[in-house]
Amino acid sequence: MKISNRKFFAGALLASVLLAGGVSFYASSSPDGLEKVAEDVGFIDTAKDHTFGDFTLADYGIAGFENARLSVGLAGLIGVGATALMATGMFMLIRKKSPSQNR
Amino acid sequence: MHIPDGFIDLPTSAAFAGASALAVAGAVKGARKQLSEQSAPLAGLTAVFIFAVQMLNFPVAAGTSGHLIGAALAMVLVGPYAATLALVVVLIIQAFLFADGGLTALGLSIFNMAVISVWVSFGVFMLLKKIFPKTKSWLVIATFVSALISVPAAAIGFVIQYAIGANATFSVGTVLNAMVGTHILIGIGEAIITALTVSAVLASRSDLVFGWDNKNTKLEIRS
Repeated sequence: MKISNRKFFAGALLASVLLAGGVSFYASSSPDGLEKVAEDVGFIDTAKDHTFGDFTLADYGIAGFENARLSVGLAGLIGVGATALMATGMFMLIRKKSPSQNR
Repeated sequence: MHIPDGFIDLPTSAAFAGASALAVAGAVKGARKQLSEQSAPLAGLTAVFIFAVQMLNFPVAAGTSGHLIGAALAMVLVGPYAATLALVVVLIIQAFLFADGGLTALGLSIFNMAVISVWVSFGVFMLLKKIFPKTKSWLVIATFVSALISVPAAAIGFVIQYAIGANATFSVGTVLNAMVGTHILIGIGEAIITALTVSAVLASRSDLVFGWDNKNTKLEIRS
């Protein structure tokens, strides 16, 4: 069941878009493991506010958006786009320049 | 396990930022040798997928959630060097765009999730690969176990940082017990998601999986 490069990349990208843009709305909002441990043990008070805590996209939402589903979904899509740009750019820069000769 | 600013003091944060920078430099060197025309885009895609799945917090126990780290997933798919770099990109995006994980704590978080988690899972994976039969099913089991261990490994990384430079005085033993206990549970979720994803890629494009040795199959065909 080998699928083409194009299908594979399109499929994985589509999955990422659906997960970050849609499914993320249903994610648990309970504190994560570290946060919960910090609360239970008692050192949560040593946490400082994030430098960019007031930034538009802080905590995976778009500031001022009333619709929570749209807010987190759009933030997720922006994150997917930003990660794609930064990661692909970096990996294309550092990959072997002429792989056919190195093989 | 994105560490907020303030948990760990600045000198310790700076030291780990330095260690992380060295590890990233090493990863760039290693990835340069491993990444080809074909695997470079896959490494980018892996980072994107990890960012997306990291948004999906799942409940693990009363009032606690966890989400994928993706270290073992990236390690199996694109190799440990590119995995370290993919995780670094995700952590930078999260800290700078989404205020997830403190900026002064970024070196600490990178060290735990992009270095410790990746390389511990790589060690476990390589060991299991040596022991297990060379089939896809066993590769998925090796993936499951290395993903499971990668999460408490990162948690222990945090405990070490806490022991060195916490801005609090609670006993290290208490923090260790709580961190490892919680993160073994999260590790089970990590292992399930990682094993399912690797299975899907193995079924559709096993040639793209770094941890699956295609060379063996080719040699068998030749003989």
